Amino acid sequence: MELTKDEESALKGEQGEIMQMAYRILVATGEATDAEKLVPIEWAHLSGVNYNTIGDAGEEFLSSISKDARVKVKTTLNPMGFDIDNVKNYGLDENFISKQLSIRNSYETMGVIPSFSCIPYEIFDIPKDGTQVAFAESNAAIHANSYDNLKTNKESAFSALASAIVGKSPYSSLRKEDNPNITIRMKVKNPNELTYGMLGFFAGKIGDTSVNISGLNEMDKRQTKAMCGGMGTSGTCAKFIFGEGDSDCEKIDFDEKEIQNVHDELNTAEKGDIITLGSPQLGLDEISDLAGKLKGRSFQKRCMVFMPRTVKDQSTKIGYTTELERAGCEILSDCCTCLSPLISKDNVDAVTTNSIKGAFYLKNSNGVDVNLKSLSQIVEDETR
Amino acid sequence: MKKILVSGKVEGIVLKSENPINFLGTVDKKTGIISDQNHDLYQKSLKDTVLVFPSGVGSSVGAYTIYSIKSNESAPLAMICKKADLTVATGCALANIPLITISDEEFALIKNEMKISFDTDSNLLDYS
Repeated sequence: MELTKDEESALKGEQGEIMQMAYRILVATGEATDAEKLVPIEWAHLSGVNYNTIGDAGEEFLSSISKDARVKVKTTLNPMGFDIDNVKNYGLDENFISKQLSIRNSYETMGVIPSFSCIPYEIFDIPKDGTQVAFAESNAAIHANSYDNLKTNKESAFSALASAIVGKSPYSSLRKEDNPNITIRMKVKNPNELTYGMLGFFAGKIGDTSVNISGLNEMDKRQTKAMCGGMGTSGTCAKFIFGEGDSDCEKIDFDEKEIQNVHDELNTAEKGDIITLGSPQLGLDEISDLAGKLKGRSFQKRCMVFMPRTVKDQSTKIGYTTELERAGCEILSDCCTCLSPLISKDNVDAVTTNSIKGAFYLKNSNGVDVNLKSLSQIVEDETR
Repeated sequence: MKKILVSGKVEGIVLKSENPINFLGTVDKKTGIISDQNHDLYQKSLKDTVLVFPSGVGSSVGAYTIYSIKSNESAPLAMICKKADLTVATGCALANIPLITISDEEFALIKNEMKISFDTDSNLLDYS
């Protein structure tokens, strides 16, 4: 990768340790992705916020660099481990809470907007077509590339942080034109969001940096987000290109057999002790739809509903929050199903969810079993 | 050696996986032990191995897992991949774990338990 004189000097450490570290990360990233140079970015979205995932090493690292590091561009943040408004209901220990607040403080000191959301594309204005950004959250990177006409690599937590500090990112793979050599043909009839999540999960396993995808019907936001979340979980792929692709592309069908395979891999329980909705977090449209579905009905077991704080504030003003709480939902902002410390195998054996991304991490990280169902099915089976 | 992502000089024993690794959630950040029952390295520890695997996959926060296992002294001595992904490259860059990529042919020749060494300065990779 070619560096300018100024960039070389930063890599050598002539602009301080923070810049040197950031450039070392960007150079490793650039080499990994065959970039020829660095390009300016306008927006970075960081992962590596939840104390449950980054642990003491991450907390100490952020605390240390926040003394000197400042972000150069608009920078937003992934969910953390809890909602401070109701954390006392969930029995988290004091150490977790204080370490999480330290992480929050470090990011704010660096100048990061504390959005605590994995759906930045739904709660912030989208810049003009073709804008270079650096999104670490995998579902958000895929959404940005596939639906928002932005350009980002599937960044790591560190490459996005380094990009935020430097204001540049390696010009590689998905920032350029990409010609995938695989086309997935959607063959499943009457798909719901669970089907699309499985399709994404399947696509991530076989795709490289991007995949063509054909046979999709009109999709709502829930289905779109499920597909992006599914793909981000299983692979390195970070863009859907809609259509059949070139004639020499390998064509692979996604049919009932593939659905069964993903189902067998991720569905490990017949029923859940609790229900979680959100992974990615729910946006206002989904909250509105959920409130409608729950009219006159109540959950018969605990149902945790995750959304960004801005969405919770809007929902409260409109009255959805009252409606959801009446139906027995626990409303949580600033956090998400994915890697939540609020769900533990000590008191929960299995979770019912409509999220493929949530299912993967609940099973592998939280160690609980998962029962997969679409939202409509959850409402039908679990409310009265 | 196809590419040098993080330079260094290493000698150790191969721990090889045919499956990609999702560091976030499937690798214990304290012990470096794989917790995914569907993975061919299930219950194996990455500590002090030369970890040979196709590539990293999954969530970007996996880079912190690599940094964490290094801080907890449970990290591999080095990593060798067929394909470098951003999570593994940046995790190794920050944790200073040497990382190279190799060809598919070379990947096929390297077996579990082999003694392996490489030096990125002289571009030498040796295994037997």
